[in-house]
Amino acid sequence: MNAIVTVIGEDRVGIIAAVCSLLAENNVNILDITQTILQGNFTMVMAVDVGKTGVPLAALSEKLDALGTSMKISIRIQREEIFNAMHRI
Amino acid sequence: MLNQKDILSTIEMIDQQHLDIRTITMGISLLSCCDPDAKRACDKIYDKITRYAEHLVKTGEDIEREFGIPIVHKRISVTPMALVAGASECEDYVPFALAMDKAARTCGVNFIGGYSALVQKGMTKADEKLIRSIPEALARTELVCSSVNVGSTKAGINMDAVALMGKIIKETAAKTAAQDGLGCAKLVVFCNAVEDNPFMAGAFHGVGEAEKVINVGVSGPGVVCHALKAVKGQPFDVVAETVKKTAFRVTRMGQLVAQEASRRLDTPFGIVDLSLAPTPAIGDSVARILEEMGLETCGTHGTTAALALLNDAVKKGGVMASSSVGGLSGAFIPVSEDEGMIAAAKAGTLCIDKLEAMTCVCSVGLDMIAVPGDTSAATISAIIADEAAIGMVNCKTTAVRLLPAPGKTVGDSIEMGGLLGSAPVMPVHSESSEEFIARGGRIPAPLHSLKN
Repeated sequence: MNAIVTVIGEDRVGIIAAVCSLLAENNVNILDITQTILQGNFTMVMAVDVGKTGVPLAALSEKLDALGTSMKISIRIQREEIFNAMHRI
Repeated sequence: MLNQKDILSTIEMIDQQHLDIRTITMGISLLSCCDPDAKRACDKIYDKITRYAEHLVKTGEDIEREFGIPIVHKRISVTPMALVAGASECEDYVPFALAMDKAARTCGVNFIGGYSALVQKGMTKADEKLIRSIPEALARTELVCSSVNVGSTKAGINMDAVALMGKIIKETAAKTAAQDGLGCAKLVVFCNAVEDNPFMAGAFHGVGEAEKVINVGVSGPGVVCHALKAVKGQPFDVVAETVKKTAFRVTRMGQLVAQEASRRLDTPFGIVDLSLAPTPAIGDSVARILEEMGLETCGTHGTTAALALLNDAVKKGGVMASSSVGGLSGAFIPVSEDEGMIAAAKAGTLCIDKLEAMTCVCSVGLDMIAVPGDTSAATISAIIADEAAIGMVNCKTTAVRLLPAPGKTVGDSIEMGGLLGSAPVMPVHSESSEEFIARGGRIPAPLHSLKN
């Protein structure tokens, strides 16, 4: 099952490293990363495979949320279907 | 692969434009709970609701977290209670409302609908007992919502029931006077009520429905308003296309959530209700969409046309996005629950007569409108009759949810808090409708009801 991780917030050292480490610790495979600065905000979108993680998506979401809070950025993980439903016919 | 722009646009809709699933509503048939012994019937009702909806709230929260989309309400609708209570040999139906309330609390939902009677052609003894118990039932419960269907295109308008409902609304306000007549916010009078509406206060689980069902109501006035900002000054064809595209996206999300909830709860999927349901939050208003189309203030000339376009485009965009569309499906115009409507009513631009005209082209009716506390029962009944006539002749659902706030008059406002919002008291015509309402009987169904 694929999910989309989005990271939005003020740019600083170590954001990608911290997010990738947390994902790796939970056995989440990163399939694709795009990263840019939009309207002054660091914006990263990752497609990830959560098929092999033993952690439920809701728990993973809480961990990422906690990391985001500690780094003062917004990190979320959402199942890919929601974006496919809204943007693909 | 999804592109970054699409992903970020969804995130922006959720974060900044109030995109949400407004409600997941589980409909439950209570016909199997009928029992000559009222106490036993109430026990069966409590047991059945809590058994079927045990995991409803948790499932909703899980979906919310996994998909990252807010699901504002988890609710329950049940068989119109007059049909269930009618089997019991008792005079007082309030215990049935208490059983519903208790079950709703146990399940953790925030409303339960179906303390209802369908009396469009006539009232059974049970219907009348239930209607007369509504003021007491709404005063003694917190989560129970009530509705009465007084007319239909097929049956005409039951004017005896219309007359009775004027009195019932006044009595409900009086019994909840300490909370500005809050009971009336949980009481809807319908014409052409639908059996699969997931939205409160008018939700009930129709007798033509299955044992249990999942219905989902989507929302998104903020998303539509934001999309229209990008087409400022362009012709209405472009406006309609923009609304359609937005409604399509919002509804696809609703369909996905509905199917997921249905699978996890092992409950058949019923319908997606394609509604634009506002909240009192800034940026979540239907009135502001109409103003975005070029009206200085909602309620001015042009408002009805703008609403007609909006309502139609929402349906056209949404219908292709869902395998089954139902409920009320269209734009809601509840005054107290819409920040822009509140502002327009306070400014005096939006009046009850204009709202009545707007209900001819939108999905519901005169909704969440505060009127002076001394408005007579006959005047309230006459407002219901007007609204029911619009529904009956135009083959559409119309509803009346008036709030005659005890002790309040024009210039005052009532505060209900939360999503129910606040409402400025709006003037009604002072000329009497007493003799009109006192006639009783039935207004016959229109000619176009004879389709067979």
